[in-house]
Amino acid sequence: MTEFWTQFGIWIGALCTLAIWSFLYKDNPFYKIAEQIFVGISAAYWFVYTIYNILIPNFFEKIFTDFSANWLLLIPGVLGMMMVLRIFPKLDFLGKYPLALMVGTTAGLGIIMYLKTDVLSQVVSAMVNPFTGGTVLAVLGAFILIVGTLSGLVYFFFSKKHEGFTGGVARLGIIFLMISFGASFGYTAMARISLLIGRLQFLLGDWLGILGN
Amino acid sequence: MNLQKIDRRWIFLFMLVGVMLPLIFPIGFKIEVMPNTKAVYDLIDSAKPGDRILMSFDFDPGSGPELSPVATAITRHAIEKDLKIVYLALWPMGVNLGNLIYEKEKDNLIWGENFINLGYIAGGLVAIQSMGRNFTEVFPTDANGNSIHNFPILKDVKNFSDFAFVVSISAGTPGIKEWIMSAGDKYGLPVTGGTTAVSTPGFLPYVNTGQLHGIIGGLKQAAEYEMLIGQPGTATSGMDAQSIAHIIIIIFIIIGNIAWYRNRKQQKEAKK
Repeated sequence: MTEFWTQFGIWIGALCTLAIWSFLYKDNPFYKIAEQIFVGISAAYWFVYTIYNILIPNFFEKIFTDFSANWLLLIPGVLGMMMVLRIFPKLDFLGKYPLALMVGTTAGLGIIMYLKTDVLSQVVSAMVNPFTGGTVLAVLGAFILIVGTLSGLVYFFFSKKHEGFTGGVARLGIIFLMISFGASFGYTAMARISLLIGRLQFLLGDWLGILGN
Repeated sequence: MNLQKIDRRWIFLFMLVGVMLPLIFPIGFKIEVMPNTKAVYDLIDSAKPGDRILMSFDFDPGSGPELSPVATAITRHAIEKDLKIVYLALWPMGVNLGNLIYEKEKDNLIWGENFINLGYIAGGLVAIQSMGRNFTEVFPTDANGNSIHNFPILKDVKNFSDFAFVVSISAGTPGIKEWIMSAGDKYGLPVTGGTTAVSTPGFLPYVNTGQLHGIIGGLKQAAEYEMLIGQPGTATSGMDAQSIAHIIIIIFIIIGNIAWYRNRKQQKEAKK
């Protein structure tokens, strides 16, 4: 019986994949059906998952089993309810308070961490002595890092018109940015192809069984 | 023939055939190992038998083809090194993706002794910070709802100092960035992992600063990792198709540019 349901799942997966791919030819009812199934199942999955894996174990179970130790949970519980009240236009204003609390807390918690991780550590790593690399390639790499960082920063410096020396450095910054966008595009293309490979491995292997293990 | 007006469905068809054929008839292109992959391998290889490691499944099935091979290869390496593996997930669907790997590898894993899946934890950055303060308070039970005090793998675990490092397999937020910010920069736990190829360039600066101990970017580097541990898997078998697809893309980019230049030249001549 388990084998039957496994095969059934594989067939559903394969037919849905083909239905979604049919959009590449042109929009059609099969694509629409598969898309709607995906949206519906995703929403239902999230809804059920949130109730059973987040709300019940983290809130209801704790409140009902040991109230005296967990009564503080009522505060986030009430705030959560206030957020849901946004669906009623007359009580919409109540949803703004938990939202404000969330924004403020997230900003407060994150700002120091972002400052350390994304600013200070990166600035320190850019302050290198290019001649300590050892090999010619390492020295060249360090120079490229310094020039790329500085010219990139100049490109985003808008308080001075980009002309003359500043304009030249900014143009160099654009070149570095373009190279970085090119690398990102290359990685993006690679990622999309990987997803296609994953689907084809499923179709040709799990479904049709024409790939070796 | 105006190449700029070519029906794009021909490109889709070329790509489909170009990817499908190497999967059916493997060519066997050589795979070179990049330093970033080797750095991940070295960190895991340097762990002592019996060390506990965290593996965070921060992705969903949409990124599965790219990231599941990464997670599988790292799990196999950890098993080979006799490490104690603790799975958790910052994404809800990550729990089941972890369980799928456990099902495949369970001949070498004993739930609660050298492996456990703690399930999903909501909160991202805040949850990681809480783990750093008191790990068992954040995860009172495993993914099946059993108290973690029943399992020897988590005996005496208090916080991140009881783990050798964390591996985040990440497709977005919350993910590897949050692990770097909190577990790495705040608590000093070494962070490594794998990301989708799309997001890999964004994480390379963290590798340069040493905040991230190498990175496995997508299927290509997953194949490199499989090669390093000597266990070819789905990533390795997809590499021929990946290479052929890249060649097709390069050819189409060249054709597209030639067509664009030719078109522009014709328009200039027409204006004259």
